[in-house]
Amino acid sequence: MSTAAISQPAAEQDWVQPSKGRVAMFCLIIAESAIFTIFVVAYVYNIGKSLYGPTPQQVLEVPIFNSIILLSSSLTIWLAERYIEHGKVKLFGLWWALTFILGAGFLVGTGIEWHKLIYHDGLTISTNLFGTTFYSLVGLHASHVIIGLCALLIVLLFTITGHVKEKHAERIQVLALYWHFVDAVWIVVFTVVYIIGR
Amino acid sequence: MADSTYPIPGPLETTRPRRWSQAAVLEWLNSWVTTVDHKKLGILYMVYSIFFLLVGGAEAIAIRIQLFRPDMHFVSPQVYNRLFTMHGTTMVFLVGMTYIFGFANYLIPLMIGARDMAFPRLNALSFWLTFFGGILLYYSFIGGNGLYGAGNAPDTMWWAYSPLTERAFSPGHSPDYWALSLIVTGFGTIGASINVIATALCMRCKGMTLMRLPLLVWLNVVTSFLALLTITPLTAAQVMLLIDRYLGGHFFDTQAGGSAVIWAHFFWIFGHPEVYVLVLPAFAIANEVIPVFSRKAIFGYPAMAAASVGIAFVSLGVWAHHMFTIGMTSVGNAFFVLSTMLVGIPTGIKIFNWVATMWGGKIRFATPMLFCTAFVVQFLLAGLTGIMLSVAPWDWQLHNSYFVIAHFHYVLVGAIVFCIFGGIYYWYPKVTGRMLSETLGKWHFWLFVIGFHVTFDFMHIPGILGMPRSIYTYPADRGWTGWNEIVSIGGVIQAIAVLIFAVNLVRSYFKGKIAGNDPWDAWTLEWATPSPPPVYNFATDPVVTSRRPLWDLKHPEDPDWKYE
Repeated sequence: MSTAAISQPAAEQDWVQPSKGRVAMFCLIIAESAIFTIFVVAYVYNIGKSLYGPTPQQVLEVPIFNSIILLSSSLTIWLAERYIEHGKVKLFGLWWALTFILGAGFLVGTGIEWHKLIYHDGLTISTNLFGTTFYSLVGLHASHVIIGLCALLIVLLFTITGHVKEKHAERIQVLALYWHFVDAVWIVVFTVVYIIGR
Repeated sequence: MADSTYPIPGPLETTRPRRWSQAAVLEWLNSWVTTVDHKKLGILYMVYSIFFLLVGGAEAIAIRIQLFRPDMHFVSPQVYNRLFTMHGTTMVFLVGMTYIFGFANYLIPLMIGARDMAFPRLNALSFWLTFFGGILLYYSFIGGNGLYGAGNAPDTMWWAYSPLTERAFSPGHSPDYWALSLIVTGFGTIGASINVIATALCMRCKGMTLMRLPLLVWLNVVTSFLALLTITPLTAAQVMLLIDRYLGGHFFDTQAGGSAVIWAHFFWIFGHPEVYVLVLPAFAIANEVIPVFSRKAIFGYPAMAAASVGIAFVSLGVWAHHMFTIGMTSVGNAFFVLSTMLVGIPTGIKIFNWVATMWGGKIRFATPMLFCTAFVVQFLLAGLTGIMLSVAPWDWQLHNSYFVIAHFHYVLVGAIVFCIFGGIYYWYPKVTGRMLSETLGKWHFWLFVIGFHVTFDFMHIPGILGMPRSIYTYPADRGWTGWNEIVSIGGVIQAIAVLIFAVNLVRSYFKGKIAGNDPWDAWTLEWATPSPPPVYNFATDPVVTSRRPLWDLKHPEDPDWKYE
């Protein structure tokens, strides 16, 4: 290219553009939100439409402890983000590991809940309409937790082997965005399934 | 024309003459399969799109032969169902969704002065997901006992309404192939859309502010945002369908309290914005071609960008106009009638701006401009029948008739395919370094425009006379015979035109006139690179000061930035 076009002083100013990682993650979150919206709509639309039991009132217990675990992991990952920003890799690793443990704990809690529902209450995905919508929506969220945990684990392994440096702060924050999204979606799922639907 | 008025470094590496030994062929193949270059991926998308355009076109011709006369038995009813389902699915997902990313991939980095897309490997992943999704869809013809039994190709129409797709009514695998292959191509679309947005927002060269972005880039960003919100509901609904079919779920199972209507809602929440996902990139092409061949800057640049955002926004709230006959409350009907009519306003702004761009211009009717001129006229007509159909009582009369088929083919062919052809004639010299033959191009255009009008103008009439869509055949006493004969003949004329186009594509690749860097005397950055552009695109990062950087270069005495 010729440089003849540079004739306007405005072009000499600092040229700042948004971070492509953040933009891409926000786009992914938009797309994921649309998927969750459809599943939430399907859940809300079908509340009380099951022709036979068990009903949510009979079998669902509000997973308060589990929810606190997951939501507090947003706080721990936020702390981890701040520490990597300032180059404190050890503290970052600590809070990051705690985030992973909290996320895994949530998954275990969901597993215990599902075990009770399947073996004690006899509710599977094919039992009735409630079972279909419940396992799909909660399962969709749980699968996002699993994907998030895989990503967290990879970063954790890199941290333990000493590959994570301060310069990776932005990438880690992009990943953390996804985790915050997974947590935020849980608030919606929790409200719809355990409060409105029960 | 203007290739030597300013200095452009040539490609750094000179191309060696190819010898077609086995090793050379393998190396060539390897370079295409493993590429992460946006230009090569763009070409792959376009080749894929054109290939499936021919396949889907062949299916359309088979449908038209079957409908040529009353009581025809050219194909069996089962095959006929598969043909129109595969025609629709192919054209929307394998042609429509891929041409977008063909143009976007090839042109956006060049137009914004970038080295590549924001995420080159994601780009390659997206293409190959789309590619294998398409292969999976067509594998349905032979897979799952397809060849031996009645076939497994999807046969439930492209919208796959429930409860027809439930296990009880579709016992084979046809809805599974449909759902799975479209979930796979859907993931490809999401990846490609994220890439387009990130590229356009984060990879712009110095001086390329959002209000200086070429409109093609603007519209592709809007399209990609819309695709993110559009493809995902379909993916979600298809996951539900598979849960119903394989895990014994009850989403769409009315006998267990589920709802078949909610499938229709979910499908059209995808399906209507999808139409705008397909048409906005066509507008994008027209936005680049029309000004260059009218020798004027585009009229109303901010209005064009705003109208695109407006169309995208409104299109998210119009889906149930596909469902007037399913039955809604009068409030629901009124809402969707009015929201649908609202789309006419930003669309009208666009048509006004294209006409205003041509108005008083020194128009050159080269082939790209011919296609885009026809596009403006035909898109206006398609929009008018769209407004007719948005009126609920009118729709009650004509829903699922050939009038509707004629209406949306007027958009899909008359607007989108015309713009694709125009875009290919316009950018082929950049991609290959050679011009497409203008003589063959004129033949292509005139035959196609005649064939198009013979087919789709006359297709409205059997619709008004009551001919429903998707019927296998019809008795002779309905008064539809003559109209169907005309429509089928028009289809054959279009097919001949497309074959001329295919010949032109291949022949010009070897024998076309050498194009030079800037054969159309255009203004956007891609024309500042050699044809074909080198792998690295720009030897030095360009800096732009207006919407038409090449105009500024060619006319330093009267640059654009003085007026912006």
